[in-house]
Amino acid sequence: MGMTIAQKILAKAAGKDHVNVGELVVCRVDFCLANDITAPIAIKEFEKLGVDVFDKERIALVPDHFTPNKDIKAAEQCKLVREFARKYNIKYYFEQGKCGIEHVLLPEEGLALPGEVIIGADSHTCTYGALGAFATGVGSTDMAYAWATGEVWFRVPSTIKFYYYGKRKKWVTSKDYILYVIGKIGVDGALYKVMEHTGPAIEELSMDERFTISNMAIEAGAKAGIIPPDEKTLEYVKFRAKRPYTVFTSDEDAPYDDVIEIDVSKIDPIVACPHLPSNVKPAKDLTDITIDQVVIGSCTNGRIEDLRLAAKILKGKKVHPYVRCLIFPGTWNVYKQAKEEGLLDIFLEANCVICPPTCGPCLGGHMGVLASGERAVATTNRNFRGRMGHPDSEVYLASPAVAAASAVLGRIADPEEVAGK
Amino acid sequence: MLKGRAFKFGDDIDTDQIIPARYLNTSDPKELAKHCMEDADPTFASKVQKGDFIVAGKNFGCGSSREHAPLSIKAAGVSAVIAKSFARIFFRNAINIGLPILECPEAVDDIEEGDILEVDLEKGIIKNVTKNKEYKAKPYPKDILEIINSGGLMNYAKKKLAKENK
Repeated sequence: MGMTIAQKILAKAAGKDHVNVGELVVCRVDFCLANDITAPIAIKEFEKLGVDVFDKERIALVPDHFTPNKDIKAAEQCKLVREFARKYNIKYYFEQGKCGIEHVLLPEEGLALPGEVIIGADSHTCTYGALGAFATGVGSTDMAYAWATGEVWFRVPSTIKFYYYGKRKKWVTSKDYILYVIGKIGVDGALYKVMEHTGPAIEELSMDERFTISNMAIEAGAKAGIIPPDEKTLEYVKFRAKRPYTVFTSDEDAPYDDVIEIDVSKIDPIVACPHLPSNVKPAKDLTDITIDQVVIGSCTNGRIEDLRLAAKILKGKKVHPYVRCLIFPGTWNVYKQAKEEGLLDIFLEANCVICPPTCGPCLGGHMGVLASGERAVATTNRNFRGRMGHPDSEVYLASPAVAAASAVLGRIADPEEVAGK
Repeated sequence: MLKGRAFKFGDDIDTDQIIPARYLNTSDPKELAKHCMEDADPTFASKVQKGDFIVAGKNFGCGSSREHAPLSIKAAGVSAVIAKSFARIFFRNAINIGLPILECPEAVDDIEEGDILEVDLEKGIIKNVTKNKEYKAKPYPKDILEIINSGGLMNYAKKKLAKENK
């Protein structure tokens, strides 16, 4: 029997010709990353071992969560990470100013590549599945172990194949696709499994849109969310890649637990209501819900195309007087590009707050924190209770188009209400 | 043998409820323990006593990869988490730091808040002293048992590195 792309990547990393679903494998790690929240615990654990890191060029440290330093404790955590990076000569430490949201930054820097095994002490590490990598989140102790040994163990997961087809409606984005899928299968619908996203409606997506799909695999409980590499993938990595890489695709006779077909023409601009990403409803059915804040950015939707889409809706408009609209470009490169294209001017004219690249608001940790009873529409990935601040605040997840339209109308809105059909 | 009271929680208890991000500017287990389960039950940290159990529904620990979640539970004195199922990163993290976790849907359905439980980790047996009933948890795979028996992943790593240096 053939193998899925996930099996092939794990087999290569384990030095085997074939691996079976359910088998335990020890894989060499091609790249690993940690941030200012997860690295401090990993550092403490790692230093107990008294060894050097396995490879100074295969580790990234990205202080992106509570930066610019939000308080003294956060500053201490960042200091610890910085000093560790200097002590062990870690090549890819990204200081504030060159830093960005890790899962936007690393692909941009050519540090996440097709066919690789990538682990990150951050659950949205699955984002790199959009490049055809096997990328998954782990905890700090797993990270410390990988720094010391260059290895990680996995049980070879089974795969659910998703086949997307059809012509999408105007204003429907890949965010709507993935929210729709999570709504269909639930927050543990792919628990321990790989989601493999295929079909003509995936192939036509840009890389920016693909990252959004893979990013949210974890919201269905999945271990990875992989999109088979194609010409667009190779075009994206061509001038960026910092290492050689291998391209894998699934065999025709690869084993799948299930094949789920998604007709994208049936998907409307969608919103995930509190307090689970699976609680989805069309935006047009939620127009009586008033809001206090909009957040556009994050590892899910903080790329240049996301900002372009938001700007398209906000151009010549003003943010509703009862709403704060916060824009978080994913990296400084995205920021610069947005500046060059005049998007930042559009946001400023619309009375948006333009923030530095940080994960802070997404997890209610830093900037844009919600008060009790407040509601936000966010292009982020989680709407758990208290996710963006007070436990009695609410988060509605949506695409940049829905978020921008909602910012203008001061309530949840379908983009066509603001920008037309 | 572990012994303590059961604290019950529902399905899909996420890491933001276990340890909200507003407390992630530290990784000190004692600090984290003060806020354990705060957004699911703000009174939990003040009620829980050494030895008690968390008993929860499906997909416990979903969401973030933050190891602060199992660390806060362990530091709060919880002796084990019994759930219908665990989210995968939480599962790894708990094993890696030596927080016992048991998968047993039958026990979760039956156990009520405040029931006194006794758990034999080696045999995977959960005894409900209050109801005089016994449940059998899903056994750990052999390779994972090896990490558990080493006392967590770092001790396992020490052994492994020592072996390689011989």
